[in-house]
Amino acid sequence: MSIKVVEGKNIVRDYHVGGGLFRAQRTVHAVKGVSFSVDKGKTLAIVGESGCGKSTLARIITLIDPATSGELFIDGNKVDIAKDGLSKEMRRKVQIVFQNPYGSLNPRQKIGDVLGEPLLINTGKPAEERRDLAMKMLKKVGLGPEHYNRYPHMFSGGQRQRIAIARALMLNPSLLVLDEPVSALDLSVQAQVLNLLADLQDEFQLTYVFISHDLSVVRYIADDVMVMYFGEAVEYGSREEVFADPKHSYTKTLFAATPRADVASIKARLAKKKAA
Amino acid sequence: MALLDIQNLVVEFQTASGSFRAVDGVSLHVDEREVLAIVGESGSGKSVSMLAVMGLLPWTATVTADRMSFNGRDLLKLSPAERRKIVGKDMSMIFQEPMASLNPCFTVGFQIEEVLRFHMGMAGAQRRERAIELLTQVGIAEPAERLNSFPHQMSGGQCQRVMIAIAIACNPKLLIADEPTTALDVTIQKQILDLLVSLQAKYGMGLIMITHNMGVVAETADRVVVQYKGRKMEEADVLSLFESPKSNYTRALLSALPENAVGDRLPTVSDMLFEPAPSGAAA
Repeated sequence: MSIKVVEGKNIVRDYHVGGGLFRAQRTVHAVKGVSFSVDKGKTLAIVGESGCGKSTLARIITLIDPATSGELFIDGNKVDIAKDGLSKEMRRKVQIVFQNPYGSLNPRQKIGDVLGEPLLINTGKPAEERRDLAMKMLKKVGLGPEHYNRYPHMFSGGQRQRIAIARALMLNPSLLVLDEPVSALDLSVQAQVLNLLADLQDEFQLTYVFISHDLSVVRYIADDVMVMYFGEAVEYGSREEVFADPKHSYTKTLFAATPRADVASIKARLAKKKAA
Repeated sequence: MALLDIQNLVVEFQTASGSFRAVDGVSLHVDEREVLAIVGESGSGKSVSMLAVMGLLPWTATVTADRMSFNGRDLLKLSPAERRKIVGKDMSMIFQEPMASLNPCFTVGFQIEEVLRFHMGMAGAQRRERAIELLTQVGIAEPAERLNSFPHQMSGGQCQRVMIAIAIACNPKLLIADEPTTALDVTIQKQILDLLVSLQAKYGMGLIMITHNMGVVAETADRVVVQYKGRKMEEADVLSLFESPKSNYTRALLSALPENAVGDRLPTVSDMLFEPAPSGAAA
């Protein structure tokens, strides 16, 4: 059973910048024809440095921005928000969790309202039911009912990221886009949030598109890996393939740059230092 | 004798709800030509203890220590004016957010030359020459043109290089790097770490790396201090820390690394901390 939850065919996104009185307009090709597909319950990791177009691609998948050309299918249906706009159904299906949990929560909104708002906007559920659902979701992500009436500033970074994940899950999405969800977090908190994501994936058969530049996290969480470089997918394959045999030179650079924390490489470094 | 020697450092902050102890009896020392890494999560007091050394804490903080000496001078007894002569010259610091730690209103050249004017009393042309030399050293292409750039015209990695140039401008004896690569991409992180380590070796500086990234520790440090909630958990040289961590907390940190994952869930620090300590371990 492999149902494709999201599929992109040759997705292109151009931005037109400049074009003032004295300057000609310039076109930036942020994403240059990327194709991918993710099966239900699987995780696709998109890796690349800042400016490589991975966040642009995330915005297209999340249906925030339209693609300039190419086709995007969500649950088998073709979606083109530039032409047809966005239906409530589609809004429900794809949700996103942002990188910075300090910036993505409204500081003047109580946690209960943060979680209830997606329901308020997208469904006709009465207040009572919204409250119950929010309470249940708080427990799912490892928080308690006592947190319902608190404000975001009363939480730590890891807890806030849990809240952001809870909010994304309120509408039972089939696809969750995670834009560097753990890169602002400490190592131990990062482990907790990654575990939470793995638990939720098992429980709800969620599909993740996981954007990151941390290869050790990607290796842990991903089923498939796509490496992007200047708007192109330079490498795309299963995790084992990509990690065992990186083909593109950029992927190799990326692997070489990732700090290694095993005893053998420390020994090698110390020996090299002594020799120098 | 150690370059920086701290015994029993305590930092307390006065808050509305009483005093809060951010650093609780930390002792550490750094020798010349040594790379010390201080590891811990946010709130472990790793930055605060170094800010106390630099004298950069706000007035709400009370710093006490049995000893806090740098290069043979007692930092606790220095007047603010005397300390300003040391800070930025013999002892300098690089911060986490390169974009935020440069002044957006002045060119990069002005900010490098400011240090040279204040500490070294160099004349204009000489300063400019030295600034170009520094930018070349930290690996910025076209240094002479770059002196006239503003921070917003440079990338994060380049800004961090400029910060490093400012920090090493007066050939300091001790360089404190507070999470220098947290805000940067892995490929840039690698470049910045290599740069810091090569400069450290070239000038024989003492280097303190404050970080929460075990990979950074493994790639740079000679010796490691692990801090948790303001207390020192463990101190060891880098190889024995990774080979046979003594404290439970260090073991927890190491097993929370995704690359060390066994099975499909990561052990978290709280799982490990409440397990009974194996005999002989300092918890």
